[in-house]
Amino acid sequence: MDTTIKILIVDDFATMRRILKNILKKIGFTHIIEADDGSNALKVLEKEKVDLVISDWNMPKMTGIEFLKAVRSNTAFKDLPFLMVTAEAQKQNIIEAVQAGVSNYVVKPFTEEVITEKLVKILG
Amino acid sequence: MDSTLINAIVNATLNVLRTMASVSSWAGKPYLKVDDVARGDVTGVIGMTGEANGTISLTFDEASILNIVSNLFGEEISDLNRDVSDAVGELTNMISGQARRELEEAGRLFKGAVPSVITGKNHRISHFTRGPIFAIPFKTEAGQFTIEVCLEP
Repeated sequence: MDTTIKILIVDDFATMRRILKNILKKIGFTHIIEADDGSNALKVLEKEKVDLVISDWNMPKMTGIEFLKAVRSNTAFKDLPFLMVTAEAQKQNIIEAVQAGVSNYVVKPFTEEVITEKLVKILG
Repeated sequence: MDSTLINAIVNATLNVLRTMASVSSWAGKPYLKVDDVARGDVTGVIGMTGEANGTISLTFDEASILNIVSNLFGEEISDLNRDVSDAVGELTNMISGQARRELEEAGRLFKGAVPSVITGKNHRISHFTRGPIFAIPFKTEAGQFTIEVCLEP
């Protein structure tokens, strides 16, 4: 797994961004940037080359699913790896995310091992 | 009281704290709460709608939440600061999500709202509905916390 890639974490709770950042750093990733909702994340994507997005679902202004749909509607980002990490895990949520083009899905609460396993699946 | 819903909330709380913060909790004797004064220093409240409407709250005393948040972040947190409030909001959100998932498996659909957090000694908890308040006290190795569930009658 290439740990030199740039990862964008999107979550309105600073706590979750901090937890994910700690896990990613433990794995060996060093280029980690953050946004607190989907609309701010889109602005980041316009300015910076990002190799992987890790996003929450429930966020103000633009939710994770709206953000995912906006990402996939832009041809420049249609193949951008996108991991949804969310407490929203009812069947309908997962179906909607898959239909919108999510790369993989992690349900909160999660362990470090689950995040690592999903990243290996996405990044190889 | 709706035992399926209560069990789902209790299971979710135990699992979220164990998985995310490596904290074990032990339930005490449930009771009906007759006032709105919080049994601790910081409370996360979240609304649930669906088959029934109401609120869930989690109130932590200072010792228990500082221990939980220190474990979440992997570093010592010694004050009830903004980081702790944010963490209580996220924990409440995760517990609501996991409980709704267990309830969905039992064929019951609920939606969760955005959590809010209240802090301070002797703060009051405003449940959104006027039903009875079912409280379950818990102990951790560091302190205690209480779950409250209030559904519309």
